[in-house]
Amino acid sequence: MELIIEGLKKALDIILSADPEVIRITLLTLRVSFTSILISTIIGLPLGMAIGLSRFKGRKIILIFINIGMGLPPVVAGLWITLLLWRSGPLGNFSLLYTPTAIVMAQVLVSLPIITGLTSSAFQQINDKLLLQIKAMGATKRQTLLILLKESRIAVMAAIIAGFGRVIAEVGAAMMVGGNILGDTRILTTTIVMEVSKGNFDLALALSFILLSAAFLITGTLTFLQQRTRNL
Amino acid sequence: MKKSFLASMLVLLLVILAACGNTSGEKASAKDKKESPEKAAPTEMILATTTSTQDTGLLDVLVPKFEKENNVKVKTIAVGTGQALEMGTKGEADALLVHAPKSEQEIVDSGDAINYKRVMYNDFVLAGPSENPAGVSGDDINAAFKKLYDSKAVFVSRGDDSGTNKKELSLWQALNIKPSGSNYISTGQGMGATLQVAAEKKGYVLTDRGTWLAQEKNLKGLKIVVEGGKNLMNIYHVMQVNPEKHDKVNSKDAKKFVDFMVSKDVQDIIKDFGVKKYGQPLFHQYTE
Repeated sequence: MELIIEGLKKALDIILSADPEVIRITLLTLRVSFTSILISTIIGLPLGMAIGLSRFKGRKIILIFINIGMGLPPVVAGLWITLLLWRSGPLGNFSLLYTPTAIVMAQVLVSLPIITGLTSSAFQQINDKLLLQIKAMGATKRQTLLILLKESRIAVMAAIIAGFGRVIAEVGAAMMVGGNILGDTRILTTTIVMEVSKGNFDLALALSFILLSAAFLITGTLTFLQQRTRNL
Repeated sequence: MKKSFLASMLVLLLVILAACGNTSGEKASAKDKKESPEKAAPTEMILATTTSTQDTGLLDVLVPKFEKENNVKVKTIAVGTGQALEMGTKGEADALLVHAPKSEQEIVDSGDAINYKRVMYNDFVLAGPSENPAGVSGDDINAAFKKLYDSKAVFVSRGDDSGTNKKELSLWQALNIKPSGSNYISTGQGMGATLQVAAEKKGYVLTDRGTWLAQEKNLKGLKIVVEGGKNLMNIYHVMQVNPEKHDKVNSKDAKKFVDFMVSKDVQDIIKDFGVKKYGQPLFHQYTE
């Protein structure tokens, strides 16, 4: 109990004193998470829509793989990316290992299946009658997609929120491909792991409060956007 | 209804873009700074080392000094000695700072590492529950390990192929004992986490003194029971990865790092490191 109060105090201290190191780590965490989720959304949204709306052979198999991917352990993603980026690996010439880019790659790998899978579920639920109706009104393809996207916006936002939760909470892959390098690839979750192993529980706890506050602000904003559109 | 949804999606997109835009701006300005006329862009070097050098905070002092003096960006990867040596063997690191002389000899013999230099030492200690159920004491670690085995005391092992783990295994091996069973807990984690487990399970644990001193405040119920024996010495070596075997290695900076670690300047820092905080040094100078 004492430790929790100590941690809260320390978190306030760090925030109020605007510790430059912590600010840098927090900004990097946000930058990496946002980049990952943006890439995952740009790829996953259309992909999920396509899989959800079309009917083709092998679709179920693809869905199975996407669903497995939703539970892909980050350390597995991290291991694959590491092997790929090693100096002796196929992408070794780019020297991307132990850079923020490597973390983004791993985070896209774990969040893309979530966004794709949940989006496709949303689009599978669209009523056939609605599709007919849209067609009957003479909508172009683009118009049709926009109407459908609007129709499933809540589920689509949920997919993005779930994906975001995955990347901001991720630590195993970030540790492995980022290397937790000071001032370079050290993000909030890896810092917490390191401080715990150093025995600095109060500092680790303080950082966990900062991480949760950031997650709260962002997820809160997303949820607000998701819910507001429904009421109007 | 449609408009408001599109508008909010647009806002979201803008927020995301702004977040990314900011950072690319930051990056650009950082680059500008780096490329200011008096200084060329720093080169990058990967240092694979053990968790003990990071967890004690020693590298936080030494690495920035090296970076500043040589205009190098050091990427410090703190892993177990086993993994650090493996990174060296694969040419995935440029310089190594590790503490498992026997395994180090293999990578030197194989020609993967060159410029092999002794840097410093501290010592291993055996910690155990303050009740000390196995009744071990003194400075004879072999006798203590035998006693632990005979009395079936709980022993917590790193089990992660780290330098400390290798040391522990060599001690069992010297007694021709293969530790196993429910009294032998293998955590597969770093020193800090393993000490925590030992404190919770009231077990004995072999640890380096540096990590012990740094962690002691969180380890209620544990105390040092055996220390000071000659074969408890924990020696650190620095080396660079052989550029002739691995062509992508940054040997120029790695060589500088080896020289840096054995320089008088750095040895003086090592000698005094931790004295203020713990009342005793965490490492001792030990060059050849």
